[in-house]
Amino acid sequence: MNKIFKSLNDFVNGVQDEKENVHLKHKNKKHHEKVLTERIEDIVESGENKGFNKFYNVIAILLACVIIACMIYTVSFLPSFGDPTNPANNEVVQAYIENGIRDTGAVNFVAGMILNYRAFDTLGESTVLFIAATTVIILLFKHKTKEEEKAEQLEEAKYEDKHDLILRHGALIVVPATLVFGVYVLFNGHLSPGGGFSGGTIMGAALILYNSAFGDNSTKTFFNYGIHKVIKISALSFYALSQLYSFITGANLIESIIPNGIAGNLISSGLILPLNICVGFEVACTMFGFYSLFDREEI
Amino acid sequence: MIYVQYILILFLLVCAISVCVTNNLLVSLIIFTAYSLVMSVIWLFLESPDLAITEAAVGAGVTSILFFITLKKVGKMTDKEDSDE
Repeated sequence: MNKIFKSLNDFVNGVQDEKENVHLKHKNKKHHEKVLTERIEDIVESGENKGFNKFYNVIAILLACVIIACMIYTVSFLPSFGDPTNPANNEVVQAYIENGIRDTGAVNFVAGMILNYRAFDTLGESTVLFIAATTVIILLFKHKTKEEEKAEQLEEAKYEDKHDLILRHGALIVVPATLVFGVYVLFNGHLSPGGGFSGGTIMGAALILYNSAFGDNSTKTFFNYGIHKVIKISALSFYALSQLYSFITGANLIESIIPNGIAGNLISSGLILPLNICVGFEVACTMFGFYSLFDREEI
Repeated sequence: MIYVQYILILFLLVCAISVCVTNNLLVSLIIFTAYSLVMSVIWLFLESPDLAITEAAVGAGVTSILFFITLKKVGKMTDKEDSDE
């Protein structure tokens, strides 16, 4: 891990050395940061606040102990783990387990729960992810003129071959396997453990590894800001529209025209498979977007 | 099998405490990643493989990458500053 970031670090430093203007700006920024950290270190080291620090530590430990005691006291009132007479084992669970496969057609009952019975909650989760990604874009995205962008691409082409050799060859083996595993988890969400969120995260992690091994230019050939936008918005809209359909048919007691299929087949269980794919792409784009924005302030 | 779970939970406790105690940010981050991995194994023992996959991918993968980038941005990744601390 350290090696990846060292090579990234070297690469970023190299780009900035070449560009005098950017370099100067960067230097100013670095200087500002350094002054700030030095001031904080001075305050910490000068011993002005030693009394306060001692007081702070004692109060923090006391407060932590009180909270831990409260929580352990609360836990002692909980029913024991796995007891069949627990209040959680009531008729609701029984009804879901008995009718689950018939209603949803999903063998993995967790997927049936979160994407059929409780699909509205999952829509909320996807919206939260979308809003989080949008906020990070608002905060960190750096708008560049076309000339700046071109110059940066040229600079990067110079350093393309200087990425770490071991990292590149390792990524060549690992990235395809990870991507395929992510797609497998995504498409088998209704049959085996996994589903949209985990599969999307695995795909996003594969994209991140590819990007840190092969650089920006080669990633941009298949994944850039425009594609990112299109995938995210279309996935979320499809999810919302299909939920709208479910609500309208459900509220008016109309029979849904989407068949549940034979439980256990890959293409079965109605809307769960397309919804899983939507959530997966949404999550993958969000994860890669976070990484890219944190690292280079662009996608 | 129950003893394996005890060992894992003990490891979890040790990790959780040492994350706050270590001075070096990089080291505490690596311990945090180990914590997430052990947590995902414990989810497997608790018969929730869905959560285990998500924990391994998010907790041990993406979150630690974001933390590493943040560390790099605030300049705590280089060897020089590590030896200063």
